Amino acid sequence: MAIIKESIRNQITFSQIPFGEGLKKGVQLTPEELIKVVRDSNIRGRGGAGFPTGMKWSFTAAAKGDKKYVVCNADEGEPGTFKDRVIFSNWAKLVFEGMALAGYAIGADEGIIYLRGEYTFLRNQLEKELEEERAAGLLGQNVAGKEGFSFDIHVHMGSGAYVCGEETALLEALEGHRGEARNRPPFPATCGYLGKPTVVNNVETFAWIASILVKGADWFKGLGTEKSAGLKLFSVSGDVERPGVYEFPFGITVEQLLKEVGGEGAKAVQIGGASGHCVPASNFSRAIAYEDVATGGSIMVIGPQRSMLDVLENFMEFFADESCGQCVPCRIGNSKLLEGVRMLQEGECTSKYLNELCKLAETMQIASKCGLGQSSPTAFLDIVKYFRRELFSGQAF
Amino acid sequence: MLIIQHKKTIDLIKDLAEKHGRQRNALIPILQDIRDKCGQISDFAMQAVAEELKIEPTEVYGVATFYAFLGVQPRGRYVIRLCRTLSCDMAGKDDVARQLENDLGITFGETTKDGLFTLEWANCMGVCDQGPALLVNEDLYTQVTPEKVGEILDSLRCPA
Repeated sequence: MAIIKESIRNQITFSQIPFGEGLKKGVQLTPEELIKVVRDSNIRGRGGAGFPTGMKWSFTAAAKGDKKYVVCNADEGEPGTFKDRVIFSNWAKLVFEGMALAGYAIGADEGIIYLRGEYTFLRNQLEKELEEERAAGLLGQNVAGKEGFSFDIHVHMGSGAYVCGEETALLEALEGHRGEARNRPPFPATCGYLGKPTVVNNVETFAWIASILVKGADWFKGLGTEKSAGLKLFSVSGDVERPGVYEFPFGITVEQLLKEVGGEGAKAVQIGGASGHCVPASNFSRAIAYEDVATGGSIMVIGPQRSMLDVLENFMEFFADESCGQCVPCRIGNSKLLEGVRMLQEGECTSKYLNELCKLAETMQIASKCGLGQSSPTAFLDIVKYFRRELFSGQAF
Repeated sequence: MLIIQHKKTIDLIKDLAEKHGRQRNALIPILQDIRDKCGQISDFAMQAVAEELKIEPTEVYGVATFYAFLGVQPRGRYVIRLCRTLSCDMAGKDDVARQLENDLGITFGETTKDGLFTLEWANCMGVCDQGPALLVNEDLYTQVTPEKVGEILDSLRCPA
């Protein structure tokens, strides 16, 4: 029933690698050699946080445990991101391969895909493709002909909670609890799913592994910037002529990106989803990379006709709704910020109160327990910083 | 509730526990199946699940109320969830919302009297390039316009 166009707008490099090739090559190496390739490629987590993948794998490989797990974080809930849906619709087998390689590297025989409830329509296709992988000998016993290496994957459905994109909240959900983030340390690498060492990576991170093995770590490292290696998928939406999924190297400026997608003339671009940064037109020369404006791929373009106050209200409604309620700074903070936005809309907010709200926002960044509360005030602070006049007057400038 | 319905619920939950197991990590899959089969996770069902999994009923309630797609309120046969996040908002979700409310005669959070439709808001559903988007149970509709709303509802009322 689902009627979706796959708006893939340019060449996605990892899709050029034939299915199975990366996995077959990977299992010829020792687990240590495999981790070294991933580490040398400098690939960082494509979900947004940007933790070096090779390091994560080596910690999990070194952790002691009779059982280990590989978890694919497919709880793509960040506003404005849909690349993982497109990856699964078109190249799910590359993700399975990446997971199997992670399993080989860390010594795990079980992989779990945590698929968000909103993507239930993808489930049957994924199950079918998993069956095909088993039939092709790329999952199950002696994976890709590697004697003694068993690995299989099952799909676990989420049930609609943004916070479960945070890896420890996701693990809580997998274990059958409320999706409330855990204290860290211990990190999932040593104490993850059911207390066992666990690698949790984003869908796109797994999808890139096969091409890194086939084309080499140096190839990947040579793309992008020094601190943000490689190519990245972007989900582009909002006021643009050509919305969809694009691949660009890290380091592309906002200006260059807007030109590619037909979004020139934008007033601001929200980069990294509701929890990311709001970049005003005056800063469009900034680069999209971990060392400048980071993103898990979400690019929402805001045209000149839009009210930044409405944009901010939309984000704060989202966070007030999605805060899990576990810690006070996030639970109360997001509601207070939303209340403040509503006061601004009514034209009833004093300058002093707005300054106090900014202090509250900074406190939330420091005091919240997980990434949700730490990052939810980012857009608030950006929009107050760059669009203060508009917020007070209610008119677009 | 009639005793015979209690018995049916208990049997269903026993079957689901056989299918998913009786470990704690079976809880959410069991609740998802109850929701799909019964349209609701009733107080009685939560107690029966707790009994089956040997956990406290409050634990089950805590989980059932945490997730947007679970929930303990009765819902209609078709749950319509309209995305309200920024890209769908900018693509015109307000007009679609108004038409849904007009055509169904209910507001968001309500269920029609015939038990057919429940209308809810959803946060970003991952189809931001093709908004406004809505889900009807598991099925996705993209680029919905107010004039398409009547068509969609008719197709649900009288499936071809």
